Amino acid sequence: MKTSRRNFIQKTAFLGTVFSLGFDWFSLEAKGIISNESNKPAGRWNAYIQVDSTGKITLLSPNPEIGQGIKTAFPIVVAEELDVDWKDVQILQANLETNQFDRQLTGGSGALKHSWDRLRKAGATARMMFLQAASQKWQVELSQLKTNKGQVIGPNGLKATYASLVELASNQKVPTEVVFKERKDYKLIGQFVKGVDNPGVLVGKPMYGIDYVKEGMVMAQIVRPPAFGSTLKSFDASEVLNMPGILEVKSFKNKVAIVGRSTWEIMQARTKLVCEYESPAIPESNKTHQKWFDEGKTTDKVQILRKDGDVVEAFSKAVKIIEASYECPFIPHNSMEPMNFFAHVTKDGVHLAGPTQVPQSAQKAVATLLGISEEKISVEITKIGGAFGRRLNNDFALEAAELSSLIQKPVKVLWTREDDLRGGIYRPSARYYFKAGLDASGEVIAYHLRGVGLNAGNSVRQDNFPVGAIENVLIENVEQKSAITTGPWRAPITNFLAFAEQAFLDEVAEKSGKDPVAMRLAWLEKVLKNPIGKISYEPKRFIEVIKKVAENAGWKKKPSIVQGFSVYFSHNSYVAQIAEAKMVDNKPRIQKVYAVTDCGEVINKSGAVNQITGAIVDGFGHAMFGKLDFRDGEPLQHNFNDYRLIRSNEIPEVDVSFIDNGISPTGLGEPALPPTGGAIANAICQLIGKRVYKQPFNLV
Amino acid sequence: MESIEFFINQRKVTVQVDPNTPLLWVLREHLHLQGTKYGCGIAQCGACTVWMNGEPIRSCVMPVSTISGAKITTIEGLSEKGNHPVQVAWDELDVPQCGYCQAGQIMTAAALLKKNPKPNAQQVTVGMSGNICRCGTYHRINKAVLRASEIMQDLAKKKKS
Repeated sequence: MKTSRRNFIQKTAFLGTVFSLGFDWFSLEAKGIISNESNKPAGRWNAYIQVDSTGKITLLSPNPEIGQGIKTAFPIVVAEELDVDWKDVQILQANLETNQFDRQLTGGSGALKHSWDRLRKAGATARMMFLQAASQKWQVELSQLKTNKGQVIGPNGLKATYASLVELASNQKVPTEVVFKERKDYKLIGQFVKGVDNPGVLVGKPMYGIDYVKEGMVMAQIVRPPAFGSTLKSFDASEVLNMPGILEVKSFKNKVAIVGRSTWEIMQARTKLVCEYESPAIPESNKTHQKWFDEGKTTDKVQILRKDGDVVEAFSKAVKIIEASYECPFIPHNSMEPMNFFAHVTKDGVHLAGPTQVPQSAQKAVATLLGISEEKISVEITKIGGAFGRRLNNDFALEAAELSSLIQKPVKVLWTREDDLRGGIYRPSARYYFKAGLDASGEVIAYHLRGVGLNAGNSVRQDNFPVGAIENVLIENVEQKSAITTGPWRAPITNFLAFAEQAFLDEVAEKSGKDPVAMRLAWLEKVLKNPIGKISYEPKRFIEVIKKVAENAGWKKKPSIVQGFSVYFSHNSYVAQIAEAKMVDNKPRIQKVYAVTDCGEVINKSGAVNQITGAIVDGFGHAMFGKLDFRDGEPLQHNFNDYRLIRSNEIPEVDVSFIDNGISPTGLGEPALPPTGGAIANAICQLIGKRVYKQPFNLV
Repeated sequence: MESIEFFINQRKVTVQVDPNTPLLWVLREHLHLQGTKYGCGIAQCGACTVWMNGEPIRSCVMPVSTISGAKITTIEGLSEKGNHPVQVAWDELDVPQCGYCQAGQIMTAAALLKKNPKPNAQQVTVGMSGNICRCGTYHRINKAVLRASEIMQDLAKKKKS
């Protein structure tokens, strides 16, 4: 439903009084009450909770929904503290309102961590005002009142629905101090709650960016250079312009945009476009990248990110040295909804709509691009058909805005699957060089990691485990520049670093005659007592997930099944996994993955299990099949015929459980992905006696 | 341009289009039925699955000329109130994450169950393997197909008694 908040207030105005509580997200304070009067909308405060006199409760969800379940999880927290029946609540997607919401974006699995207290305070404050209203109405002490399912309950059978108290509640003073519910009293948090968008999704309601339609809108596709690093020399669109349904052709920034009436007509016309390109200065191929990785091993252009003790001396004393390197290719995100964006640039302002994870950045970037002030740019947040980090980059939104400004029309730019898969912003390719030095007793006394990334930024995580447990540590980063564009990909960096590190630690355990689980636990106990240097993780929580997964999977207690172990901390959550492997028709197969997660309080059991399971399927599929090859700057894969994605008959069984500790919730969209590659690689090694050092594993 | 007539969700429609236009784009841009999704355009992902005379097809590669006179069913017409057993099971098990591929998954699943009302787990995973879900909701998809089969059998029993 595309109802703007202002419209919504106007529509409800004639229903009677609307209790509407605004919150300042920046300071965590409730700032005021807004009545039903449509000329007094939220002002500087967002109308986050609305209860009207018919009993309808409306909650706004500010962040883009990409499949991570935030549109369901946020309102659950508010509804819990407000103490209302979930079936009475309706959820609306908020548009970009930078002066009302803080951190209106999706990325880094950070939304709940950021908003947990704000959401609870919003709900609890509104609830308190209904209590105050009832107290005034009945002349009863607040301490004698309680709430249940949208009702205030008093002594001697007194009962009043929130709906009946709307007017009185609107006139209450906003309490500054509120008490949150106790965990034991939770009715909604931690339950199995279905996605609030299901009813629309299951009947095919138009909700996504690709479904966005505006009157007078034209369609467009953009032809971009086929090779990274190449530039457009010239183009001939004379035949294109003669094709049916084509309105115009515009070129900007190495691109040629074909504008037309319909997608199919544009697709046909595209085949007639003749473009001449300048070859890239360095025509990058797989071999080029191998060379850059090799050079990265010895280069002195290195960033030292961490130094504990003296690794040089420690390695010289080591009786055994273990070395290994791991490599991962570039991969596209391949969200099911290809990139697309709507833009309408007029002299009075700009309207943008579409699937971006970062609407505020889109607003800012378009403001800079077109030289228009941000206040004149509105952004509608649509539902998003998968993102995985791709939509943190607003290249597609900027293109749409630039094209609209050139053609002076509302336009929706659609990327074909090939455009999307071959158009860049990939997970960076990287190679990791590990080295561990052991003393005579088999203890690791020196640890060296050098990450070499292609446009990867910092390719390592220098404060993460096993750092903190080892006396002498050196962590280095080498960044090689490439013309291939990169960006965050679900669990940036750690989506591959975790595999490399967890596979290496498995090898260290094996070569030092230790059990991989026992070795990690012993190291973490050491950290618990005396961490060496700065660490980003809590060893206690690490230990707990490891112990629980070992227990759940029956670690090393199943003689007929081989197992591989992995554990990782990312985005503030801890996930331990054990994968089980078996030969099936003479091929190694992963049968089952056990996962134990500590993400603090689980808000929605259904959404949480969905995220963990999906991340494991994602991590597994990409470890097995994901790769993009290059020749002379051009990707060699095109579409899902030559780029393999995991399918329903290829998944392992997954067993998901959580640590029940009531700690403030942390992210869940990403953390279960990083450990998966390591768990399956380690299981496969046990099964076939050979280690895998490179993704994709290609075991088929 | 040609005038092509067919039935869409039991409604007769006539469209004036290039006869080579894939049914997908006719549905989405001419008939404004946007539940059917574009995923790959080459019949690899199944996001565009609809029924032609009751059989599942990939609308992204089906020229509209070939469906002249045919009966097309899309996600919008699968059931009157969104209560087809597959839709009910999908909701009950809370299958969707981003939801984008689910119309295609549902149309495939409902067609599978029409042919084989009591599939075993193996038949389901293989039967659904033509549809890609990038969020990885396959576990729940597979379970929901089996659950939908149960719901259908319960409904059939109720009808008899």
